Amino acid sequence: MKKLVIIILSLILIFSLSACSQQASETPQEPQEPGNTNADSDFKVGVIHIGNPADGSGYTYAHDQGIVEMQKALGLSDSQIIRKNNVNDTDPTATETAILECIEEGADIIFGTSWGYMDTMEALAAEYPEVIFSHGSGYKSNDSNFNNYFGRIYQARYLTGIAAGLKTETNLVGYVAAMGQDNSEVTGGINAFALGVYSVNPDAKVYVKVTNSWYSPEEETNAAKALLAEGVDVIAQHCDTPNPQLEAEKAGKFGIGYNSDMSKDAPKATLTSAIWNWGAYYTYATEQALKGNWINENYFGGMKEGLIAISPLNENIVAEGTAEAIKEAEQKILDGSFNVFDGVIETNDGSTVGEEGKTLDDATITGGINWYFKTVSVK
Amino acid sequence: MIKFINFLVAAVFAGTPLLFGTLGEIMNEKSGHLNLGVEGMMSMGACAGFMVGYLTDNFLIALAAAFIAGLLGALIYAVLTVTFMADQNVTGLTLTIFGIGISNFIGEYMIVNSHTNSLKLPEVISQQVKNIYISGLSDIPVLGQLFFQYNPFVYIGIITAIILSIYLNKTKTGLNLKAIGENPASADAAGIKVTKYKYFNILLGGGICGIGGAYCSLIINGGVWMSNSVNGLGWIAVALVIFASWSPVRAIFGSFIFGGFNVLKYYFPKDIFTFPNAFYDMLPFVITALILVITSVRKSKKNTRPASCGINYYREER
Repeated sequence: MKKLVIIILSLILIFSLSACSQQASETPQEPQEPGNTNADSDFKVGVIHIGNPADGSGYTYAHDQGIVEMQKALGLSDSQIIRKNNVNDTDPTATETAILECIEEGADIIFGTSWGYMDTMEALAAEYPEVIFSHGSGYKSNDSNFNNYFGRIYQARYLTGIAAGLKTETNLVGYVAAMGQDNSEVTGGINAFALGVYSVNPDAKVYVKVTNSWYSPEEETNAAKALLAEGVDVIAQHCDTPNPQLEAEKAGKFGIGYNSDMSKDAPKATLTSAIWNWGAYYTYATEQALKGNWINENYFGGMKEGLIAISPLNENIVAEGTAEAIKEAEQKILDGSFNVFDGVIETNDGSTVGEEGKTLDDATITGGINWYFKTVSVK
Repeated sequence: MIKFINFLVAAVFAGTPLLFGTLGEIMNEKSGHLNLGVEGMMSMGACAGFMVGYLTDNFLIALAAAFIAGLLGALIYAVLTVTFMADQNVTGLTLTIFGIGISNFIGEYMIVNSHTNSLKLPEVISQQVKNIYISGLSDIPVLGQLFFQYNPFVYIGIITAIILSIYLNKTKTGLNLKAIGENPASADAAGIKVTKYKYFNILLGGGICGIGGAYCSLIINGGVWMSNSVNGLGWIAVALVIFASWSPVRAIFGSFIFGGFNVLKYYFPKDIFTFPNAFYDMLPFVITALILVITSVRKSKKNTRPASCGINYYREER
């Protein structure tokens, strides 16, 4: 037993020694300005995915479509994109390994797509000043080579809410949510959606079921089934699989997709989807890095920047007048006269949020929405 | 009342993949082999069932493919643990990792080579696996909804459980198998071909797990391919074997009860009392722990784990 311990300890020692020496020799070798590469040939982009791009429709798929779009727009070759898939964002060691692998393979800019990569990216950004770190959905950044990016998906949620509100006949709209009330991203999305429903159909209620998981095909199916059993006839979702759409389709009901256009999975049910065009940001950021004029600022794009959109309406099944109603609201969002969370908003516990003539600030939207709009009830 | 019936129906729906996984694992453990590769075998079954269904448009061929894929997964396990005496726990865990990996790999390959970036089963199969409808029976209020309108897998699962129960308790082969699980050396001395039995039952168990996987990809995911489609159900099945105390018939009730725990949070009336979501997620495992405690306190020899489960049988060491 003792022998074994000694052997293991000495092995660890040897490994850590070699790791140290590697780092020491690496850093001073390439005194590069961030992204200072003129020739496209040795410029590389690293992407850390939480899931698998082949998930089909979900979060990782949407991100990867953005990467593919960026690659085409900037004319990069396949070998210039380094993908690390299925990197568990609750495991800092796995995250660090994946990022270090990207750096070793020569990545000049690394996109981390999930919340949990934040702290690891922050630490590594300080350690590798020549590499640009860009983190999705977080709030941390530094002043040279580490920023964060996310988008105003709530704008699209509001518009899809209009489609749902016009379509519902039972006046019950379902919503499969990944996380509970304390998650501002999910809760804000639900509220924006409910506000959209309310704007065209004040009688409709929004029933929410929380799966407590970002990716769980089974939970999402079960939640959708339960919603249908309660009489909802349109199901929106903030979760990764198209299963709520498929359940709605099986039951002859309708749905609102998320992340990517889910009508490819459920053509008879999906009215429209709130979608991310991550390519808008990835092209914007990578081009900066490629040309060597990286501006290290945080990015919070919306419909105006093209980061957020709704997929084309499924003309065969949307209610009459949907296109016009959405177009009108979209116009107001684009010209800035309407920001979704405007003025005083009543919550479902009887209190109010916001002030007349003002709109919620970005910090509140990204981190401080922990109330539900008055038509929402968690079932 | 209607809500309660909806809950029961949802519990059966959610419990069926667990039932297949549990039955498969019971067959493994009865032959003295703790196979932690249920998740992997289910994943392989999910992938094979889906892909073959996608290519052939035939539900029965898809089902057979899922069975064979699970069986092949179990074959790897059987060769390593029965013939080469590898450690059962390690082999099972490796099988899980391998099974998930290969099914995601094949799924990704198929998606990349599809035109639409999405794999969806043709209508033909969706029609074959949808809930059955028996005119007359399915129309009976309450009873019809509770018993006569599930998808074919539910009935296949229950029939499989009953057949396995007869096999284990009423046939001589079943008795021999149980003898091997308790004490392979004695069984060997009595002239039972231990290795042959072990292979047969481990492979059979693997095949049954594979069908459970097909349930995940064909039913739960509504006929659209997703990676990690089994997503941990195989592990719950391993725990469920203890809950069902190694009896196929109790596995039916056990898996439906566990299915009920899985969906409880969506049906429990929130206006009466609100538990945190984590409470519901915890329930099945707390119950399993409780059952472990109760059975160990009772110290009864009945309904316990086969004595040689987890220990490889070296004939030369008799």
